[in-house]
Amino acid sequence: MSFKLFELMLWAAGYTVVLSAISIVIGLTIGLCVCAAKLARSRALSIPATVFISFFRGVPLLVQLLLIYNLLPAIGISVPSVVAAVIGLSLCTAAYQAENLRGGFNSVPKGLLEAADMVGLSPWQQLKRIRAPIALRLTLPALVNEAILILKASSLISVVGVIELTRMAQNLSASTYRPLLFYSVAGGLYLVICWTVAGGGALAERLTRTSRA
Amino acid sequence: MSLDFGLIIEQMPDILSGLWVTLWIWVVASILGAALGFLVAAARRYGPAPLDWLLKLYVEILRGNPFLIQLFLLYFGGPFIGLRLEPIPAGLIGLTIYASAYFSEIFRAGFQAVPRGHVEAAQCVGLSRSQILRRILLPEMTMLVLPQCVNMAIILIKETAILSIITVPEMTMVIGAIGSQQYAFVDAMFLLAIFYWVLVEICDWLGRRAEAKLSKFRFAVT
Repeated sequence: MSFKLFELMLWAAGYTVVLSAISIVIGLTIGLCVCAAKLARSRALSIPATVFISFFRGVPLLVQLLLIYNLLPAIGISVPSVVAAVIGLSLCTAAYQAENLRGGFNSVPKGLLEAADMVGLSPWQQLKRIRAPIALRLTLPALVNEAILILKASSLISVVGVIELTRMAQNLSASTYRPLLFYSVAGGLYLVICWTVAGGGALAERLTRTSRA
Repeated sequence: MSLDFGLIIEQMPDILSGLWVTLWIWVVASILGAALGFLVAAARRYGPAPLDWLLKLYVEILRGNPFLIQLFLLYFGGPFIGLRLEPIPAGLIGLTIYASAYFSEIFRAGFQAVPRGHVEAAQCVGLSRSQILRRILLPEMTMLVLPQCVNMAIILIKETAILSIITVPEMTMVIGAIGSQQYAFVDAMFLLAIFYWVLVEICDWLGRRAEAKLSKFRFAVT
């Protein structure tokens, strides 16, 4: 493989990382909203959140992507395929992240909240000072895990024509007729990316670790 | 835009054959994947250290890159090393190998979670190694790993959709093809999404019921 082709693969790997990162961030934002809705007392909020989570976790990402990619033009919204792909990835990861966040919020020790009540913190202060920081810290490992899952799942956006790492490997192996080489290189690059994220996650976990109540 | 599932439902025999392929590939790959994963976990625990490293590498490589890449390597790369597979066997083998890595991690954690004292007690009363495995480790592990195994099986149902990319005639491929033929691709994808959704919810429900049924055998983990 010439250096030129390897450079193309590297570029595509970078694109994969960027698209995944954007999806993770959008997904986290939507996930927070969905989590808040699910934890709300009002059923008008919690039921739609439950359906959202169940749907996006119950349907294969590939089907979600094909659906969104074809649905948007059909209802008169024409966007580039990369936008449809990011929307699909974001919605899917939002559902998983909402569940992770819910787990985090539910495992905030009750005693801490009672103590906060005792010293007279308002519900908003409790959320800001106690529940959110603890829940987010508890969710961190799951978030890293989710980031790795999305990095791998982003290979599926190749089917809607986004030229990320998998699609690039597909194109190059078709034009050079060397699939073994290019898919191995792609696999190697995914490995490096995933292991880096996992390592970074382990480091972040160590840095934010405090004694847990 | 209005959805019209009639055009797609008309092709029921095709849809059922796709559903059948999805189901049997899923069941077979789950069972074989779990069996292979168990062997990997057991070999890592009881085998010599070099074997443990080698299998760790196997697991980490499989877990560190996308299923689609593994599938492409097997299906498109295979013929270059003399491994020419039809779509269905390629999909089945690919999914099994992929699943084995994740299952092996579940079983590894399961082995580790069985309290040491139980094994020591069994050794004290003179049970042999295979008796300990059969009588103590396996039953206790089953309770511990069941929820994760159900979870993994559900993930695998969804992964079977990816097999459509290498033209395995499963549900996604069949319904997608019908949708294109009838110029009703969006409708087809909606229907497909609902099929998977129902399938996944049923599995989830069955898994939770099995857990509830078996939970009376659960021991206190200290």
